[in-house]
Amino acid sequence: MGNVLIVVEQAEGQLRTASLSAVTFGKKMAETTGGKLSLLVIGSGVDKVAAEAANLGAADVTFVDDGALKNYLAETYAPIVVKAAQEKGVSVVGVTATAFGKDLMPRVAALLDAGMAADVVAIVAANKFRRPMLAGNVIAEIEVVTPIVCATIRQTEFAPAQAAGAASPVAKMDAGPIDAKGAEFVSLAAAKSDRPELTEAKVVISGGRGMRESKNFDELAKLADLVGGAMGASRAACDAGMVPNDLQVGQTGKVVAPKLYVAVAISGAIQHLAGMKGSKVIVAVNKDPEAPIFQVADYGLVTTWEKALPELMTEIGKLKAAQR
Amino acid sequence: MKILVTAKRVPDPEQKVKLKGAVLDVSAVNWQLNQFDEYAVETALRLTENASSTGAGARAPEDQVIVCGIGPKDVQQQLRQTLAMGADKAILVDGADDALDADVVARTLQKIVEKEKPDLVLMGKLAADSESNDAGQRLAGLLGWPQATFACTVEITDGGKALSVGREVDAGMETKKVRLPAVVTVDLRIVAPHAVKNGKTASDHAYAEGPRYASLKGIMAAKKKTIEETTLAALGVTPTLKVKTIALEAPPARKAGIKVQSVEELVQKLHNEAKVL
Ligand SMILES: Cc1cc2nc3c(=O)[nH]c(=O)nc-3n(C[C@H](O)[C@H](O)[C@H](O)COP(=O)(O)OP(=O)(O)OC[C@H]3O[C@@H](n4cnc5c(N)ncnc54)[C@H](O)[C@@H]3O)c2cc1C
Repeated sequence: MGNVLIVVEQAEGQLRTASLSAVTFGKKMAETTGGKLSLLVIGSGVDKVAAEAANLGAADVTFVDDGALKNYLAETYAPIVVKAAQEKGVSVVGVTATAFGKDLMPRVAALLDAGMAADVVAIVAANKFRRPMLAGNVIAEIEVVTPIVCATIRQTEFAPAQAAGAASPVAKMDAGPIDAKGAEFVSLAAAKSDRPELTEAKVVISGGRGMRESKNFDELAKLADLVGGAMGASRAACDAGMVPNDLQVGQTGKVVAPKLYVAVAISGAIQHLAGMKGSKVIVAVNKDPEAPIFQVADYGLVTTWEKALPELMTEIGKLKAAQR
Repeated sequence: MKILVTAKRVPDPEQKVKLKGAVLDVSAVNWQLNQFDEYAVETALRLTENASSTGAGARAPEDQVIVCGIGPKDVQQQLRQTLAMGADKAILVDGADDALDADVVARTLQKIVEKEKPDLVLMGKLAADSESNDAGQRLAGLLGWPQATFACTVEITDGGKALSVGREVDAGMETKKVRLPAVVTVDLRIVAPHAVKNGKTASDHAYAEGPRYASLKGIMAAKKKTIEETTLAALGVTPTLKVKTIALEAPPARKAGIKVQSVEELVQKLHNEAKVL
């Protein structure tokens, strides 16, 4: 008992960086419970991911490899997590709260008859955690009272696990019966981008409805590229089709906490703030001095983006030139 | 198709949150239907009606929308709202807000599902208060049904035996097919003009963006519809919590920021003061 199992997410045979935060959570939990940390990789052709996970300092890595597991389905993956949890005798099962983790872990919890702590931002004790509620306006301390604790982890609150010295032993586990229960993966339409991932970028440049149309986001993109940042957006900008939906930051979109978040022509609705309030430094550019975004901004500039963006390019350009 | 939709009441998200010690001060809270649940009701209506030929609200007798709420008696208000939107019947399971966790909710819904035998359970992807994002997946797990979370599009396929669901995932949009019965949780964009296709309403029919408002006729009709009342005990659900809330507190406040007068000043401050450039 007391062992910890962390599910490591992979996409097309690549370990997802987001998972490294859950590994850090797992290490801290293992210290708290005095148990061992095991990592679990599920998929098809994932031996390389398992080998990569073996560098993260866990006691061991288990991988389940089967052609029928090529595409993630909660229906097929959840029973495997349950099987691994039982074989390892764990008291904690965790995963980063990505779309994958949020879809998977509650189903696992139901199968284990376990309580789940969602979107954990801090560990208080082996079964006590802190998590945000009400769009981040309240932090709750919760206690999970079941023998096994399931948890999804807020990526921005746990630093990514670093590669450790010695490789952990890697073992293959049998999948057991694979039953999709009538679910079928059909396709994934993924927007490709050369910019850093939104949830991992050190700088995020976000645009809102005030950008008015898609082509104006090109101006934001130039700024993002100049500072090596990612692009984000408000719901209004996504809904209007200015940018793909996966750029949405907020309660329903992605939660980000970069060093620098720049909100351009975004009013600052609570649902948006819920996704970026944890940023280290927040800059707001908005023509309306009363916009609520200014209440959370460290630096506010009241002006139009039409005026501010070209000047920002110039000034930051000068700074970069001087730094070289 | 018979659809069970869940409806939770949550504090109005626009209202400032007030704490009384370590609990929520509910004395001044304006309760409202969780927006994602409202979207789930809208989705259920769009899945069952023929909006192009007869106008919204026309449903074949075998197509039913039943809404279930778990909470105190006052939840009747939110249930009435869904009936006024066009749902056929509502079920209110008596339970105090703080006597529930996602597990109790999922086990309660499991009992309702066994009784009502819906083809589909539609839920909001999360409740705007607890934001746990887990009741739907738990329910699917308990029932052994397939699940499609974060739905932004849904289409009835295979002659009504399956759904093709567009899911908003981190990388973009995933399309997942689920055989019925299934649990689907809906995301924001499910109420876009063309997000729901049911094979009856013309496929190019454009709905107005967002959930429908109750018409006066709908509000009158809702008064005559039934809200069945039951209890956790009557359903055979033991209300043992797996997750307990110990205390609530306000998050650390951000220190007040400043307004800068020019881009030049902004960049200087970001470089010299904040040291992020
Ligand atoms: C259930 C639910 C969930 C939601 N989840 C999210 C979420 O995850 N993320 C999210 O972002 N929203 C979310 N929303 C929507 C949210 O409530 C707001 O509607 C949305 O964030 C507004 O986007 P916006 O700030 O771009 O647009 P607006 O509120 O319209 O603001 C536009 C801003 O641009 C400024 N502006 C206009 N022109 C210019 C110019 N030329 N130069 C400079 N400034 C200009 C205006 O002054 C204004 O402040 C959600 C809503 C609901 C109901």
